[in-house]
Amino acid sequence: MSAEDNKALSELTEKEYGYGFVTDIEQESLPPGLSEDVVRWISRKKGEPEWLLEWRLQSYRHWLTLTEPHWARANYPAIDYQAISYFAAPKAKTDGPKSLDEVDPELLKTYEKLGIPLQERAALAGIAVDAVFDSVSVATTYKGKLAELGIIFCSFSEAVREHPELVRRYLGTVVPRTDNFYAALNSAVFSDGSFVYVPKGVRCPMELSTYFRINASGTGQFERTLIVADEGAQVSYLEGCTAPKRDENQLHAAVVELVAMAEAKIKYSTVQNWYPGDKDGRGGIFNFVTKRGLCAGRRAHISWTQVETGSAITWKYPSVVLKGDESVGEFYSVAVAANCQQADTGTKMVHIGRNTRSTIVSKGISAGRGQNTYRGLVKVGRKADNARNHSQCDSLLMGSKCGAHTFPVIEVSNTSAVVEHEATTSRISEDQLFYCRQRGIPQEEAVALIVNGFCKSVFKELPMEFAVEAQKLLQVSLEGSVG
Amino acid sequence: MLEINGLHARVAQGAEILKGISLSVGKGEVHAIMGPNGSGKSTLAGVLAGRERFEVTAGSVTLDGADLLALTPEERAVRGVFLGFQYPVEIPGITNAYFLRTALNSVRRARGQSELDAMEFLVLLKQKAKLMEMDPSFLNRSVNEGFSGGEKKRNEILQMAVLEPRLAILDETDSGLDIDALKVVAAGVNALRSPERSVILVTHYQRLLDHIVPDRIHVLAGGRMVKSGGRELALELEAQGYGWIDAHAGGA
Ligand SMILES: Nc1ncnc2c1ncn2[C@@H]1O[C@H](COP(=O)(O)OP(=O)(O)OP(=O)(O)O)[C@@H](O)[C@H]1O
Ligand SMILES: [Mg+2]
Repeated sequence: MSAEDNKALSELTEKEYGYGFVTDIEQESLPPGLSEDVVRWISRKKGEPEWLLEWRLQSYRHWLTLTEPHWARANYPAIDYQAISYFAAPKAKTDGPKSLDEVDPELLKTYEKLGIPLQERAALAGIAVDAVFDSVSVATTYKGKLAELGIIFCSFSEAVREHPELVRRYLGTVVPRTDNFYAALNSAVFSDGSFVYVPKGVRCPMELSTYFRINASGTGQFERTLIVADEGAQVSYLEGCTAPKRDENQLHAAVVELVAMAEAKIKYSTVQNWYPGDKDGRGGIFNFVTKRGLCAGRRAHISWTQVETGSAITWKYPSVVLKGDESVGEFYSVAVAANCQQADTGTKMVHIGRNTRSTIVSKGISAGRGQNTYRGLVKVGRKADNARNHSQCDSLLMGSKCGAHTFPVIEVSNTSAVVEHEATTSRISEDQLFYCRQRGIPQEEAVALIVNGFCKSVFKELPMEFAVEAQKLLQVSLEGSVG
Repeated sequence: MLEINGLHARVAQGAEILKGISLSVGKGEVHAIMGPNGSGKSTLAGVLAGRERFEVTAGSVTLDGADLLALTPEERAVRGVFLGFQYPVEIPGITNAYFLRTALNSVRRARGQSELDAMEFLVLLKQKAKLMEMDPSFLNRSVNEGFSGGEKKRNEILQMAVLEPRLAILDETDSGLDIDALKVVAAGVNALRSPERSVILVTHYQRLLDHIVPDRIHVLAGGRMVKSGGRELALELEAQGYGWIDAHAGGA
């Protein structure tokens, strides 16, 4: 790589984060610290039923017995869980906004700045949005239209109030509250998130989308998402995330549970652009997330697509438990680790039913001093006759100080299984760059072009608008990174 | 139009490859460069296009009076320099059509011209592909990925036809082509010929020059231009090989 390339590389990989503003808004927040009292306070604040408080408390007590996991390939100072505030919300006159008119205009402005339409009439055609600001959901659009079809799309708190039987039936059934350190923590203190229920045989006619925004400083964000697609139902769900620039690290420990009954299909797409920290690794979000889907019935289908460009540290493994016969699990991922970012991500495909199939496509991009790790597990149980898995893990390196690591684990207990794993590591070659530049494409665009080509098989899984957004994000986080 | 004067170049920190090349290509002219393997033909082409692995240690190159060596590869492209690669590069995941539109719109933007939208571009591309007798399915395949050797060369000429360069440098575009493809490629180059455009053809074979008739032929050996002449020089080379040239050049 020439000196000029190097310069362009560092200039562009150090590109500023564009969503780093802070909204000046009156906040109601808990002082830092975690105790049973805090858990009770959150539950009371939300007016939750006794069983949920009990569930939280059990989670909390279990969490106390756990230690922070450190098997991921990530270096960071110990987190002081007593220094975090576990609840922050924009102050509202009443319990929660009943309509957009009641939402603080400052908040609406924030979402406008982020390019997220909350005004229904101005909303992008066909996308219903739920916006979660710090700990609470501030607005859900298109609710009425969806209700006509029997689809429930609302904040988690509202679901607890309005549909307690559904929440109670499914909460914790895919990610048990004892699952891991962060899942237990989330189960104890989760404050809000999104809830979706699509009834039997209904195809959700629009994309459902949640935008998560961390605004307050010193707070953690612990949201909880639960999506249930009943028999034969279909839904496509998108989530996007941003946060202000701060010198401190902020913890984001979410839990997402998906339940797909027989013949149901859930497509879950994430464009994660939490603040990644500055070029020297100061600040940024710790994104420690547990995401799992259960294909509960025959021919159920769950597909995860993620584009992870943000966060100082990403620790997440969206997984699928293939319980129903002939069920299908998919994982498509682009993960970027630029500057000092560390990404440890991948998936677990657990084949339990017969004739189950899974596909894994992981594209890791490392630039600057970024460290990118793919960690995957393909497990085929004793009864999973004819299980099939194909995994493709490709790493792209830009520059000489970054790293790519691949840890695929395969456990097969059924001899009829066919499990294939392919892995490649490459650099953007000088030849490719020169070829593009000779045709007149400026260097930074040439890099973006080549990287987009590298990510193609994942981007094509994203809904149109998100694919465009993802490409732009990728360009911003990487432009000019050369290998 | 193109003036090369006393050009010396080497691989950065390596041995010298070009040892004093001078060449003048006028507007509308076609020049052929021939010479043994390893004599420096591709190096010269690369230096003209701005390949950074080569370092110019002496001499000058101007295009329409402007110092070409001071420009980045993309700036040279904007000025109309096109290099047909001896070994075209694959870009997985990016379609030929998308790549070419990005390229064309990049140069148009840099020239202050309006960009073509997807529809306008498609019309143009289809028309050029037809000229090159290229199956439209190639337009939606990833750039050069899985193309046969001959298909890659044809694709280079398609790109040239779309970009309409002022100075086209074609590095062994004829190698690996069957007779029919050779004719198509030659037709593509001839279609581009105009009083405003110049072409440098690097080739090993006289047969290309039957189809694209050059104004001048130069022989490059050991990093030096050892002989220049008219068409008849190619026939001489075909008959006698390069042995006699080496003798002429005094073992350059
Ligand atoms: N990157 C490089 N590193 C080292 N040597 C190089 C490099 N590039 C070119 N050379 C050397 O420079 C000389 C000229 O190479 P060049 O590719 O220009 O030859 P050519 O005339 O195009 O040959 P051919 O007819 O085989 O294509 C060769 O000896 C080659 O090995
Ligand atoms: Mg050559």
